[in-house]
Amino acid sequence: MPLQPVSLSGLFGGFFSIGLSGFGGVLPWARRMIVEQRRWLTGAEFTDLLALCQFLPGPNTVNLSVALGARFHGARGAVLAFLGLMAAPMAIVIGLGVVYGRFAGVPAVQHGFQGLAAAASGLVIATALKIAAPLRRDPPGLAVAALAFLAIAVLRLPLLPALVVLVPASVLLAAARRRR
Amino acid sequence: MQRQVVAVQGWMTAGEFAALYALAQAAPGPNMLVTTLIGWRVAGLPGALTATLAMCLPACVLTFFTARAWHRFREAGWQGVVQAGLVPVTVGLVMASAAVLAVATTRDWQTGLLTGVVAVVLLTSRLHPLCLLGAGAGLGALGLL
Repeated sequence: MPLQPVSLSGLFGGFFSIGLSGFGGVLPWARRMIVEQRRWLTGAEFTDLLALCQFLPGPNTVNLSVALGARFHGARGAVLAFLGLMAAPMAIVIGLGVVYGRFAGVPAVQHGFQGLAAAASGLVIATALKIAAPLRRDPPGLAVAALAFLAIAVLRLPLLPALVVLVPASVLLAAARRRR
Repeated sequence: MQRQVVAVQGWMTAGEFAALYALAQAAPGPNMLVTTLIGWRVAGLPGALTATLAMCLPACVLTFFTARAWHRFREAGWQGVVQAGLVPVTVGLVMASAAVLAVATTRDWQTGLLTGVVAVVLLTSRLHPLCLLGAGAGLGALGLL
């Protein structure tokens, strides 16, 4: 929980800034705003909440805005956080759609997008490593994470069957360790 | 989603869908914004708003109630166990999506190097990420990649 209470306008403003800056996916910017800048959650709390949002249907950052908004300010907070996240990107993406047809063929623009995409990949990698940080002193947890990585990134297994196996196994493992 | 939009509904060609998808990836905001673009392409502004809401509303309502219940039972023992089980899987999934994205954007050794450098700089300094994204776009536009 944050040291100071989070206001409704702070909630909207915070998620608005995420939506506005979320090039290459919103997750890096969400973590940066929530944990590093405004300190609404600690790194470990963020990873916990993300774990919940990841397993609900729908985009994980949209779920994150609703969950965090609801925690601080109930239904009003959820609606404001969601609108804050979506308002600017929707306007920008429609604007981009309008101009896209005119400039799509220019080589400099194409190459610029390739550079942007490569840099965005680096940003996502850095964020993934930060999100993994709470597992540093948890070898069994790291093993499960490595298994999930292997299943999705290397073996390219479909997400849902992989989760149906991995999640219960991981929960049972956590339960067994707690009992000891 | 691609199957539904292109093959089932026949709203646009596969090439058009790929272009809209790339656009939504390049723009700020969640990747699901491709829904907004599809709605806009099919039925203008009302289509864009309707498609986005239809995509988000069921998931948002579910998240709202689940998150509240989850928070209420945060002291319960079983929840700690479930949470402890979910976290490693989530970490693995986020790492996997980062890897898949990086493979897709690595067109040659220069773009791969750029990705690696950006990741290292972000982990070791407090430089604003937008500076690095801008630098990447600039290097690309100048034809250096």
